[in-house]
Amino acid sequence: MSDLMQATRRSVLDGYHGGSAVARLTPAAPASRISLRAPAASLDALSGALGVTIPVKPKTSAAANGRHVLWIGPDEWLVIDENGADLVAEAAKSGVLHSAADVSHRNTAIIVSGRKVEEAINGSCSQDLSLAVFPVGACSRTLLGKAEVVLYRTAEDTFRVEVWRSFATFAFGLLDEAAKDAAL
Amino acid sequence: MLLIYCPYCEEERNELEFRNGGDAHIARPTNIADITDEEFEEYFFIRQNPKGLIFERWRHVHGCGKFFNAARDTVSDRFYMSYKAGEPKPDPATFLNTGNDKGASK
Repeated sequence: MSDLMQATRRSVLDGYHGGSAVARLTPAAPASRISLRAPAASLDALSGALGVTIPVKPKTSAAANGRHVLWIGPDEWLVIDENGADLVAEAAKSGVLHSAADVSHRNTAIIVSGRKVEEAINGSCSQDLSLAVFPVGACSRTLLGKAEVVLYRTAEDTFRVEVWRSFATFAFGLLDEAAKDAAL
Repeated sequence: MLLIYCPYCEEERNELEFRNGGDAHIARPTNIADITDEEFEEYFFIRQNPKGLIFERWRHVHGCGKFFNAARDTVSDRFYMSYKAGEPKPDPATFLNTGNDKGASK
């Protein structure tokens, strides 16, 4: 009997697909993430330890080898590693004052991609997503409907929407509706 | 929808991203253990609730998460300007009746 009781880990958006020809929705692959808080004096050492220069300009990000550091606030960053690295341990190697909280399983992400990607997101988010104001690499914490999300533009026609796990189906539904409307 | 300028994000954002944090520039008495109950009440509870210009704390809770201060008109809801926490209270003469009537809060 015991061999029938094996638990299989399933991501909240497993099997979800949606959107339209002008804005496709895909659940992102699992990744490791930390919420990083640090004073300005720690940034050089942390950049060295993480292998990415931590951005200090609002709404910007930096990336190297599948690792992304997103500016969230003047002393807060979201670090995403697509290869599943142990980011808490890597940040600890810096040896300087910082706080790194593992949020790998708190967040999940939806990749929104297509010609009318801005329209799909703007259906429930009021930020200006035009390329002039929100260029490739720009990122921002904001609201998508009632859910807090982090928007990250990875290409001209692609956004990564980082959303809390428990809000993921809500966010997916909102994006799906707007993506279908954009195709009409 | 109101647009509020966040001095940390350096751009205007939707009011939905913000929370009001009450009056700004309320200094906590340094001798808090010695003051009378009446003095504590005055510091802790009593606010002016002015009609017109008010200096308030705001928090960009669904954005950068930081507290900042803003000058707002309680009648028109217009934001005159906002500035980082810890910066001195600006002189109202610098932003009132400047002829700039676009509603920009920079």
